[in-house]
Amino acid sequence: MENRLFVCSSPHLRDNATTQRLMLDVIIALLPATAAGIIFFGLRAALVIAVTVAASVLTEYLMRKGLKREQTISDLSAAVTGLLLALNFPPSIPLWIAIVGAVVAIALIKQLFGGLGQNFMNPALGARVILVVAWAKHMTAWTEPLVDAIASATPLSLLKSADGGYTYSYLDMFIGKIPGCIGETSALAILLGFLYLLIRKVISWHIPVIYTGTVAVLTWILGPDGIFTGDPLYHVLAGGLLLGAVFMATDYVTSPMTRKGQIIYALGCGVLTTLFRLYGNMPEGVSFAIVLMNVVTPLIDRHTIPVAFGGEKRVGQHN
Amino acid sequence: MALNWIFRGGVPAPHRKNTAEAETSVIDVPEKVIIPMVQHIGAPCTPIVKQGDTVKVGQKIGDSEAYVSAPVHSSVSGTVTKIEPMLFAGGNKVMSVEITTDGRQEVYEGVLPPEIRNRDDFLKAIRDSGLVGLGGAGFPTHVKLNPPKDKTIDCLIINGAECEPYITSDYREMIENPSGIIEGIRIVLDYLNIPKAIVGIENNKPKAINLLKQLAEGDKRISVQSLRSRYPQGAEKTLIYSLTGRKVPSGKLPADVGCIVLNVNTVSFIAYYVKTGMPLVQKRVTVDGPVVNRPQNVMVPIGTSLQALFDFCGGFKSTPYKVLMGGPMMGIAQYSLETSVIKNTNAILAFDKKEGDLPSESACIRCGRCVEACPMNLLPLELNRLVLANRTDELDRYHILDCIECGSCSYACPSKRHLVQSIRIGKDAVRRLQANKN
Repeated sequence: MENRLFVCSSPHLRDNATTQRLMLDVIIALLPATAAGIIFFGLRAALVIAVTVAASVLTEYLMRKGLKREQTISDLSAAVTGLLLALNFPPSIPLWIAIVGAVVAIALIKQLFGGLGQNFMNPALGARVILVVAWAKHMTAWTEPLVDAIASATPLSLLKSADGGYTYSYLDMFIGKIPGCIGETSALAILLGFLYLLIRKVISWHIPVIYTGTVAVLTWILGPDGIFTGDPLYHVLAGGLLLGAVFMATDYVTSPMTRKGQIIYALGCGVLTTLFRLYGNMPEGVSFAIVLMNVVTPLIDRHTIPVAFGGEKRVGQHN
Repeated sequence: MALNWIFRGGVPAPHRKNTAEAETSVIDVPEKVIIPMVQHIGAPCTPIVKQGDTVKVGQKIGDSEAYVSAPVHSSVSGTVTKIEPMLFAGGNKVMSVEITTDGRQEVYEGVLPPEIRNRDDFLKAIRDSGLVGLGGAGFPTHVKLNPPKDKTIDCLIINGAECEPYITSDYREMIENPSGIIEGIRIVLDYLNIPKAIVGIENNKPKAINLLKQLAEGDKRISVQSLRSRYPQGAEKTLIYSLTGRKVPSGKLPADVGCIVLNVNTVSFIAYYVKTGMPLVQKRVTVDGPVVNRPQNVMVPIGTSLQALFDFCGGFKSTPYKVLMGGPMMGIAQYSLETSVIKNTNAILAFDKKEGDLPSESACIRCGRCVEACPMNLLPLELNRLVLANRTDELDRYHILDCIECGSCSYACPSKRHLVQSIRIGKDAVRRLQANKN
């Protein structure tokens, strides 16, 4: 026995947290939004979710196998990506587009860049952006909640339409009884998930609150009838802002690692989202804003290296 | 009570102070002891005894001319049976003196209370005692107590935080010998002319806090403060910050912010030595861990083998997989039970495979938990990435040398990445790179 003791470098004690548990927490936090989507948009939404998640996990499995890497589907990250992607689809999306989206997200954006932790943009959002550009019609075909397949307009597309009159009440928007992507319509369900993530300390409040707050303030200032005539509450409740701010912008891999960096990043997301929504071609801008800020994240990280305890800024830090 | 400053980061490591409430037992004199000539940071000692010599308890057996060094004394009475490099707690071989004991524990005639009239006498006495920092690093205490002349020390800090899980050897000293601690503090304050002392103790040890508070009441210079129980509260930099709000600058020492930090055991030994003249020859060691039959604190002669210590504690419930010298956060894994207890050993822990195994790493998900956990405000995930990519020249930009190797980052990592482990390698590489440049 004498010489068989196991030797390694300290620490010899680790916390219970695991990647798998964190991912499971995100899935649990998404359950209210998932349920709301199925309630408002019916079994069709459930089908889209099931197909997208299955396609994502299968793609991850096949990619890892094909690339001869160890299997990683058990870390649940592919399931999270699949679920987030599905929640970003309109309920009427053709299933084959959903599958293409899952393959793009997992194979192209995640695995080809090295797998979990190496992707430079959020896989679900990256895929969504590609789909919106490729199949704009299918990706913006909205249905009325609680009714079967009637062409309809989202709160944000109403803003862009000629008459511009508001037809949705704040209450309907809060509960989620409005047209939109499967998981984005119910602010209530998303906030429940946010609360869960905060309690479980999976994320901090900074990115969601600063992002949403920035959009609220800017849309209020830049109102349609001059300064301070906007309707910030409408902008916060409409579209994918809350889903994006809570679940997509907070993606660990593609957001900055320091608090300071996260604040800059969240402000950037808010400014871009507002600009896209108010002055862009399309009614919504959350996906584009977050994906753009994802790409800027390495730059933010590089310029927000914290000063060490008792230390001074290194000369030439920005070289 | 004054408010503490709250250091950022750290982790809520479990306490597991299983041995806290049991009286320290005294081990039977082992058959032999192996006393290494380096038990401190600094120059190694040269043996001053020969094979076949008889030695007694407290007799000096090794010394060095160097200033940063501390003499080594025999912890037993007996015969020197071997002088050669032997396995050391650090995993390397170190010149050591093996003494076969005669069981009589006769005290060396030269062990007499030191004559101390002034500061210089005091510092010389401390050196003669062989005292080194008993909290962990083992830096010679006489050097610590004698900072450069241009540094004014206005605060003596006594470390009773004991933030490592399992370890209770400082706690037992605070419970069993609180007056010795206060006595030692007074001696240091008097000889070094320091106006005040603060004893910092984590708030999971209320009994110790109360005891020391009562004893310190008569002396206006000494205050006892309760600290938040959060690892690494007892690290020098975080402790000084918690108690004084002073930040030791990067690359500097406590003396640069007017502080000297001594462990509770170190300071109580000073009082003991001044009274008796008996050098540092024994140590209280916490023996614990899930496979130890009778976890407890044991007073052992320095040089006692780990095997003898575990035997005294009733052996193992099951075969140990990993044995640590020190706590689970910063302790050193031992590959053999032949190594011996040295001056700064505060705990010996034994684990089974379940708790002792190295978890396998998975990909970094950049969750930032290591960044949150780092008390030095570093970016462990970036350091890990750069070290693994061999990008040594970029490590300095991320302040790698400020890492205190507390292990909070690795502890917190959900992907079980070996963060501090890689940072150690990186620090070494940076130091070598800097040495080559000069």
